Amino acid sequence: MERRIGVYICHCGSNIAGTVDCEKVTEFARGLDSVVVARDYKYMCSDPGQNLIKDDIKEHGLSRVVVASCSPRMHEPTFRRACQDAGLNQYLFEMANIREHCSWVHEDKGMATEKAKALVSAAVRRVYYHEPLETKEVPVNPNVLVVGGGIAGIQAALEVADSEHQVYLVEREPSIGGHMAMFDKTFPTLDCAACILTPKMTTVGQHPYIQLMTYSEVEDVSGYVGNFKVKIRKKARYIDEDKCTGCGQCQELCPISVPSEFDCGLGKRKAIYIPFPYAVPNKAVVDPVKCSHLKGLAEGKDVCRICQKGIEKKGIPGCEADAIDFEQKDEIVEVEVSNIIVATGFQQFDPSVIYQYGYGRYDNVLTGLEFERMSNASGPTNGEVLLADGRKPESIAILHCVGSRDENYHKYCSRVCCMYSLKYSHLLREKVPEAAVYQLYIDMRCAGSGYEEFYERLQEEGVNFVRGRAGEITNIAERPEEEGKLIVICEDTLVRRKRRIPVDMVIMSCALEPRADADQIAKTFSLSRKADGFFLEKHPKLDPVATMTDGIFIVGCCQSPKDIPDTVAQASAAASRALAMISKGKVEIEAAIAVVDEELCAGCKICVDLCPYKAISFDEEKKVSRINEAVCKGCGVCVAACPSGAITGKHFTTEQIMAEIEGVLV
Amino acid sequence: MSFEPKIVGILCNWCSYAGADLAGISRKKYTPNVRVVRVMCSGRVDPTFVLKAFESGADGVLICGCHPGECHYAEGNYKAARRIPLLKKMLSQLGIEDERVRLEWVSASEGDRFASIVDEMTEQIRQLGPFSRNGGGENG
Ligand SMILES: Cc1cc2nc3c(=O)[nH]c(=O)nc-3n(C[C@H](O)[C@H](O)[C@H](O)COP(=O)(O)OP(=O)(O)OC[C@H]3O[C@@H](n4cnc5c(N)ncnc54)[C@H](O)[C@@H]3O)c2cc1C
Ligand code: FES
Repeated sequence: MERRIGVYICHCGSNIAGTVDCEKVTEFARGLDSVVVARDYKYMCSDPGQNLIKDDIKEHGLSRVVVASCSPRMHEPTFRRACQDAGLNQYLFEMANIREHCSWVHEDKGMATEKAKALVSAAVRRVYYHEPLETKEVPVNPNVLVVGGGIAGIQAALEVADSEHQVYLVEREPSIGGHMAMFDKTFPTLDCAACILTPKMTTVGQHPYIQLMTYSEVEDVSGYVGNFKVKIRKKARYIDEDKCTGCGQCQELCPISVPSEFDCGLGKRKAIYIPFPYAVPNKAVVDPVKCSHLKGLAEGKDVCRICQKGIEKKGIPGCEADAIDFEQKDEIVEVEVSNIIVATGFQQFDPSVIYQYGYGRYDNVLTGLEFERMSNASGPTNGEVLLADGRKPESIAILHCVGSRDENYHKYCSRVCCMYSLKYSHLLREKVPEAAVYQLYIDMRCAGSGYEEFYERLQEEGVNFVRGRAGEITNIAERPEEEGKLIVICEDTLVRRKRRIPVDMVIMSCALEPRADADQIAKTFSLSRKADGFFLEKHPKLDPVATMTDGIFIVGCCQSPKDIPDTVAQASAAASRALAMISKGKVEIEAAIAVVDEELCAGCKICVDLCPYKAISFDEEKKVSRINEAVCKGCGVCVAACPSGAITGKHFTTEQIMAEIEGVLV
Repeated sequence: MSFEPKIVGILCNWCSYAGADLAGISRKKYTPNVRVVRVMCSGRVDPTFVLKAFESGADGVLICGCHPGECHYAEGNYKAARRIPLLKKMLSQLGIEDERVRLEWVSASEGDRFASIVDEMTEQIRQLGPFSRNGGGENG
């Protein structure tokens, strides 16, 4: 069929015309095969510019359009729309990037003009082979899945549920709350973390539109935006959640004591336990590794069960609600949702790998989270700051950037450590007013609403700021005043002098890092990860909560380290994105996807395993591969791999790319 | 006049093409010898594209994708990382110099890196001279 191509060369003011001779390029375009009209104009993206195209489509009966201007990442949608408006399928358009890739990066006008010609010729040859494509719309399911019940997941779940859409909130631990539930106070306003978090947690637990699944994990996600199918494993809790009243009698009776995860090992819990007093759900859980009865069962013995039976001799009853069920098994629940909000958070960097800091070797060297628990009134010391021997510390050093901004561990800044270190100074002032507090920092980073003011306030509270990273912590005294102390050795870079600071306690403000199983989560939800290991957003500035997989969002610290205000803002953003799609009721499916020619397919199945989106299935009857249109993203990996050339990547066909390669080489 | 090589750049849309755009936005100057063809992912780069480029007059082919772990389609760049070295091995048996095909990772924030790769590769191919289409290398 005859092709009638129109070519439009944009001056972009002097942005292009200053380096590229646009008239010459236009003249050149006129001579190209199938080109019926070529024009240059000052601003093609302006209304008059777009009208040039629209009018020509009608007047000259154009069947293909090429615009040579800026990057297609900038204005491709603009010109596609113009074509569509004039009745030309939007995929019959191609763009040549003669600004970012040409006029802005070259100085020699002659050479730049030659390159612009080559790029135009490539676009013209390519568009020759373009085919009209239709975008499809599919209806969406109105439910949303939220994975992770930290403050990020809690916020997202509440925002969606308040609009009366069903939310499934999946949390791996026996209670929601995440890290924030462990904190004492929160910077910069010093509200008590529990005071602002527990009302939200309780609301989640009671919300008619939230189905909370704690002690559960997502095993598999299939389907696509608008219509995901999710398999969730509810681990056996050995407690009937409907019957358990959260009275705590069972944990009183249980004879087995183990270090409490929630208290970072500073306190104890039982083998049957409620993780913390304001846990949601406020239900007990049995630790299958530590419980003597469950261990006995594995060997066919019936031991203990004191929690269930009570102590008859003393007349103490066991679980009166009859909620303990040692027969319980894991359960697989399947749900269908339109959108998935991933809010799996972070983990604290383990400072024991920095041997010279002595974490784990010396008493009284704590991590940030350990200090949060110690400072918390409901924590293992009832909020008292105490040394391992029960004394109060007289001096404390807080080390910033442990594991952050460090070539050996994490190069990035964890963003919240300066601020929580300052928070600790304040808490210490309150709890051990006589103690000397040292902050060892590299730079103070206090960017955020009210943060600089908080820093100033702290300076007035009498903290010793020492600029320098600690090199070592030792207990080998060199001077009498160092006896029995931990000595922090550092270089004070403001006075350019090595210092030895003897203290009783060291608190390390450790980096926030990706969770150890981030790779597994990335696979389950088809996410990518950045060089630092956190999940990759669709665009770092303009689309920070979306991901490359439509319908899957990332919020909170699984995307990058951040404070609670930013976490909450992201959670609300993702919730509103999900709700926007639900309220529209349908989604558009990418048209530039791959298709299999069943005639050519040899049934080798190479493509099936290659597809990163599990979009390709194998039809065992016909012995051919089949691509799910709604799942395919059009990356083209299968197209390049197919040994029979049976897969076509629409809009990036081999023919089109080959024509473009020929074109750039004229 | 010195020899000005023609190099075809095949760039993935998400990182490398955006990186090349950034070089433009920050007005970073580099040699005009590379002409860019956009693909969605470096995993789409079929070795025949490279052969096609040489057949059509290219003196070199530069393929750029996202850094390992950053591919927007999860792992397309790993596919490229396996395919392109295989292709290069084959090309070297045909006597085609190693420098003529290059696979690089360029992120969306690495405009400077893209520019310096282009400059460096252009210079290397200038040294090598034009690609001889009837066989290449000494045996050609
Ligand atoms: C010591 C310390 C003190 C801090 N103090 C402050 C402060 O004072 N003020 C402030 O603004 N910020 C503070 N921060 C930062 C704050 O902790 C974070 O901004 C916030 O906790 C991020 O919440 P999140 O929900 O993203 O992550 P998290 O709190 O980590 O929550 C993630 C949740 O997801 C669950 N989860 C993980 N993986 C899975 C899975 N595969 N399936 C299901 N569930 C999963 C986890 O169990 C957890 O409940 C502090 C950070 C630290 C380390
Ligand atoms: S998208 Fe850049 S390499 Fe795959």
